[in-house]
Amino acid sequence: MMANDGDRNRHQLSPEETRRRVNAGLRRRYRSEQLFRFYGICSVSLGVVFLLVLFGTIIGNGYSAFQQSFVRLDIHFDAELVDPDGARDPEVLSAADYSLLVKSALREIVPEAGSRAERRELNGLVSAGAVFELRETVMADARILGQTRSMWLPLASEMDLWIKARSAGESGEDVGGRISANQRAWLERLQADDRIELQFNKAFFSNGDSREPELAGVWGATKGSFFMLLVTLLLSFPLGVAAAIYLEEFARRSWWVDVVEVNINNLAAVPSIVFGLLGLAVFINFFGLPRSAPLVGGLVLTLMTLPVVIIASRAAIKAVPPSVREAALGIGASQMQMVFHHVLPLALPGMLTGAIIGMARALGESAPLLMIGMVAFIVDVPSGPMSPSTALPVQIYLWADSPERAFVERTSAAIMVLLAFLLVMNATAVWLRSRFERRW
Amino acid sequence: MRLPTLLLILAATVLAAYFLGRQRALSLARQTGGIRSLHSLPKYYGYYAALGALLPGIALLLMWAAFSESLITARVVASLPEVLRNQPEAQLGLTLNDIRNLAGGQMYDESRSAEFAVAADLYNSLRDASRKILAGLIIALSFSGFALAWFQLRPQFRARNRVEAAFRSVLVLASLLAIVTTIGILLSVSFEALRFFRQVPVSEFLFGLNWSPQTAIRADQVGSSGAFGAVPLFVGTLLISGIALLVSVPIGLMIAIYLSEYARPRLRRIVKPVLEVLAGIPTVVYGYFAALTVAPVIRLAGQQLGLEVASEAALGAGLVMGIMIIPFVSSLSDDAINAVPQAMRDGSFALGATRSETIKRVVLPAALPGIVGGVLLAASRAIGETMIVVMAAGLSARLSFNPLESVTTVTVQIVTLLVGDQEFDSPKTLAAFALGLMLFIVTLILNIIALHVVRRYREQYE
Repeated sequence: MMANDGDRNRHQLSPEETRRRVNAGLRRRYRSEQLFRFYGICSVSLGVVFLLVLFGTIIGNGYSAFQQSFVRLDIHFDAELVDPDGARDPEVLSAADYSLLVKSALREIVPEAGSRAERRELNGLVSAGAVFELRETVMADARILGQTRSMWLPLASEMDLWIKARSAGESGEDVGGRISANQRAWLERLQADDRIELQFNKAFFSNGDSREPELAGVWGATKGSFFMLLVTLLLSFPLGVAAAIYLEEFARRSWWVDVVEVNINNLAAVPSIVFGLLGLAVFINFFGLPRSAPLVGGLVLTLMTLPVVIIASRAAIKAVPPSVREAALGIGASQMQMVFHHVLPLALPGMLTGAIIGMARALGESAPLLMIGMVAFIVDVPSGPMSPSTALPVQIYLWADSPERAFVERTSAAIMVLLAFLLVMNATAVWLRSRFERRW
Repeated sequence: MRLPTLLLILAATVLAAYFLGRQRALSLARQTGGIRSLHSLPKYYGYYAALGALLPGIALLLMWAAFSESLITARVVASLPEVLRNQPEAQLGLTLNDIRNLAGGQMYDESRSAEFAVAADLYNSLRDASRKILAGLIIALSFSGFALAWFQLRPQFRARNRVEAAFRSVLVLASLLAIVTTIGILLSVSFEALRFFRQVPVSEFLFGLNWSPQTAIRADQVGSSGAFGAVPLFVGTLLISGIALLVSVPIGLMIAIYLSEYARPRLRRIVKPVLEVLAGIPTVVYGYFAALTVAPVIRLAGQQLGLEVASEAALGAGLVMGIMIIPFVSSLSDDAINAVPQAMRDGSFALGATRSETIKRVVLPAALPGIVGGVLLAASRAIGETMIVVMAAGLSARLSFNPLESVTTVTVQIVTLLVGDQEFDSPKTLAAFALGLMLFIVTLILNIIALHVVRRYREQYE
């Protein structure tokens, strides 16, 4: 209607008419205002809800992995079985079949398991890792042979899940699929005898990877990640700071500097998997560096984090006021002295903050590491930057792919460990920023 | 001599060179009437001497690291008997690997022929020799470098300028590393991709509708002919990133609008970092979340509605990827919205517009270039995202636009082709590099356009 009126008519509207028209549309306009605002609130809460659901799922799935069910068995360290010649030769001790000790201890508690199948079910209660523990005990002190000792040994992962479900007040039906009726009955009897207990899962924090969920731990992956980040930090921080200093303090405006700048910004947005391809083609195939080594992972992550460090360092240098530079030059410092004696110390906290944030990103990165062979199944805890290892996020990926039910809780627990590290790093960055930030 | 020992010796030499150089400067000063007669501070003479000791050694070390292995390998290959030497390249690589493992003592395979043992011994002795030569040369070089520097030191020697020039070239080199990385990516990936295109024509790769990279081991095998038509992958990538953008752009934009136009400063101070946590969560965590939580929920919902939903439906991966990108979109839009001058808003308010009208008719059009740039960057993020799709999207290359079906993406295929055992000349492995090249080019174009748009726009209001 208004559109038909044309400009001249609008001028001639009486004030009453104008007011009437405005008021007529007001309700509609206020409603759309309310609606728009509501959409905004919805979006914000949606974002927060996503975050809460994410954390809720992971913590809900994972907190149980910090505990592990143990069974108390009276192990008789039969000298005849372990060390028939009685020479206490370490090689004989380490090669002995300790599973026999576990089996006989189990048979004592459940004597009625007669048939072969039943015995197998019975032996399936205890984790395969119990054997290692017994071996270590004997190797540490051979005098124990011939004695009987009551020991807490880990249960197999299916039993562990069932016990945990029961102790959480559930029926355990959903996780009990892989447990036979006999095993349930035995577990219930053991529980009634107070022979089963949930203890802190030390193995999770001290072991490397394993095919048995109850033996698998994050220590190997954590150490691998540590070596990788060490390489990354040692390379990307000095190089990034040097590049930033050159670009901010020395380079004159030219097309060449523009090219470098555009390049750095682009590199920051290149998909991480492409850096993995680079690492595979250059570091492994061309230079012949070993696969799965934290050194190669660190080099790849260095190239990836370098743009982040450079951008952050440039911002930190830019924040130092020009008067500092002028004062330094004014009392006769050379440009290099001005930068290294005055600008750099003032910009250092900002640079460190940027470096830590870059490191946190590198710690969470896994795609490029898949390319350079860090997905191998590695049991040993790495001893240095050249020994094969995996990284925390890659470990999470590997476990998430495992079919065993018990790996679900371990995956979530490993994610919690990773998130804890990230939290600490980011908190450090925030603290550094607030502690040393200066407003000029 | 082991490498760490050598580095330690080099470090000690450099340190000694510094103190000797400084001492020399001081004694020169004493002869000529005090420290004032020196051109530079004494420590710069020390730095100069230290650089003289350090640089030749480091240069040699780098050259050794780059070339020694290939030289040794060439010698070992030349020593191999005729039969082994004339193997095809891939075979030869495996043989060399075995020899290396044998030399490193990682393999005790008795069944290996004596030639292997001989080659391994040769390899070991060559490596020992090269290490010894390296150690000797480095020590000799750093001493002579130091001597050369030391004899140059005079009171009028411009040590500071020399040292600063050296420092400056280090800084220049560091800044060039970014360019070197880009060129490295381009060269290495396109080199392998070219080898791929020699076996599979470009047109088939870009326009072929059939992707099944498993090449046949036997010629008569069925269903593993090795087809390299990448269109299903491109479609799958577009489908999943499209879903991600459909989720993240409206939500991210509304968050940015609400936080910058409506929210009180206190709410903003709390909510903004909370949402930024979403951006800091590693992608592998999102992948786990998508595969374990979101996919079953979507499947269940589909069953309730009577829909057939694949367990690795594109929808699940896309939704989670969208959640991941939300903070990215919102922070870039936030920048764009905040860059719109307050005067424009005030003008709109003065005409009687409500807040939402001001936002929709004034602020958003003004901020549009920045927002578009942010969306483009988000798109490039989504296309290159790997872990979420590896864990939550499918492997089978199906040409489909149905979000409830399982599709695969470029990054998923790169990972599946390159993880695990690989032979380096098969088109199967090289195909991953061709896909990587495509990925690099597409994201590069998106990034350049986006950065350009954002930059141009930012300058407009400054």
